[in-house]
Amino acid sequence: MKPVSFEYHVPETIDDATKLLAELGDGAKVLAGGQSLIPMMALRLAVFEHLVDVGRIAELQGIERREGGLWIGAGTTAATVEASADVASMVPLLAKATPLVGHFQIRNRGTLGGSIAHADPAAEYPAVALALDASMDVMGPKGRRTIAARDFFEGHWSTTMEPDDLLVGVSFPVWSGRCGFAVEEFARRHGDFSLAGATVGVQLDGADRVRRCAIGLISLGSTPERAGAAETEIVGRPITEVDPGEVGRLAVAGLEAVPADLHGSAEYRKRVGAAMVARAWTAAITEARDG
Amino acid sequence: MGEVLVELTVNGQLREATVEPRLTLADFLRERCRLTGTHLGCEHGVCGACTVLVDGAAVRSCLVFAVQADGAEVTTIEGIGSPDGELSAIQSALRDCHGLQCGFCTPGFVVSVSAFLRDHPNPTDQEIREALSGNLCRCTGYQGIVKAVRQAADAGHRGEL
Repeated sequence: MKPVSFEYHVPETIDDATKLLAELGDGAKVLAGGQSLIPMMALRLAVFEHLVDVGRIAELQGIERREGGLWIGAGTTAATVEASADVASMVPLLAKATPLVGHFQIRNRGTLGGSIAHADPAAEYPAVALALDASMDVMGPKGRRTIAARDFFEGHWSTTMEPDDLLVGVSFPVWSGRCGFAVEEFARRHGDFSLAGATVGVQLDGADRVRRCAIGLISLGSTPERAGAAETEIVGRPITEVDPGEVGRLAVAGLEAVPADLHGSAEYRKRVGAAMVARAWTAAITEARDG
Repeated sequence: MGEVLVELTVNGQLREATVEPRLTLADFLRERCRLTGTHLGCEHGVCGACTVLVDGAAVRSCLVFAVQADGAEVTTIEGIGSPDGELSAIQSALRDCHGLQCGFCTPGFVVSVSAFLRDHPNPTDQEIREALSGNLCRCTGYQGIVKAVRQAADAGHRGEL
């Protein structure tokens, strides 16, 4: 028993949870699957007076087609996302990223919303949400609102949600037409956090030109990153004139806060990141072209 | 800080206790239920030695508070194999293939593999290795463990407890 003592609250509705969070203030933290939070508490990197367990709120569960997109309840486990036929057909990038989330035992508990609200730059779901322009369905004391993914991730483990906000769900846009998606990561051991990773979505027009593309970067900044400049550079070009290595170089060129640690220098991570983008680009293009 | 009443079914037996919310499911099983087969290695979700089934799903019991598991059905290593000591198919395969040496990590492996073979009765070698990647072994080495899972799968075992 290693975490510091805390008071435990287990609301059954979103309303009750947000009221509790407002009442308890800064000393309270939302507990979802706990697969990131509990290790931090066990190591005493994080200490809270109150935990608000949202694991029994039915409204936070589910995968539903809503307004042309796919809404996934924040409390939905990665294992449920992994097994969902709707996710596989409507948001393939999310389906491809899911097996890379921890190990299967972690995916049985860890939730989509928990990972996104935790905002670890090394995690897969935040990068997928950013790449696909997902919208965060957030409930706060003043009611429900939507935050675009590009306005959501603020820093390492930090989002623009307030302490009394609750992430209720995430809406993923559905791409149609000639699309391809791929996720590539490099980690020293399977299931470890990656040194660098890339999530790529691409859509082609009838003449094999890039109609749109989305490149999300993992472990290459203080937040998940979006390679916007590379995307702008590539859109409109015929795929035969796009060199995957160039896409990789462009994608990492503007990065300013690449982490450096025992596992690799910032320069090395950038090179690995460029290689991951190139590989994911090639796989996504192949899928888009060949169906 | 307030204590909370929890009620869990552990290996088919109802267990009630008043616990501090910070008590992990692993400590609940070991200290309150005296089921010390669930081992604690790292206590922060890396090693997998504490893996148990919660409502059928393999999870790290050091990353679940007992209060979160209130009302759940838990199966520990003590609930695997028969009460007279006969080994489960996976346990036998581990013995046959030298899949354990000191045995500390073994309960976690057995529970993880039981869930894995139940859900993937015909795994590829790659799938076996991926499934085992969430459990660490520091003395036996993994070759015998991989072989044991292959043997159990080929013999048609479906993760029977």
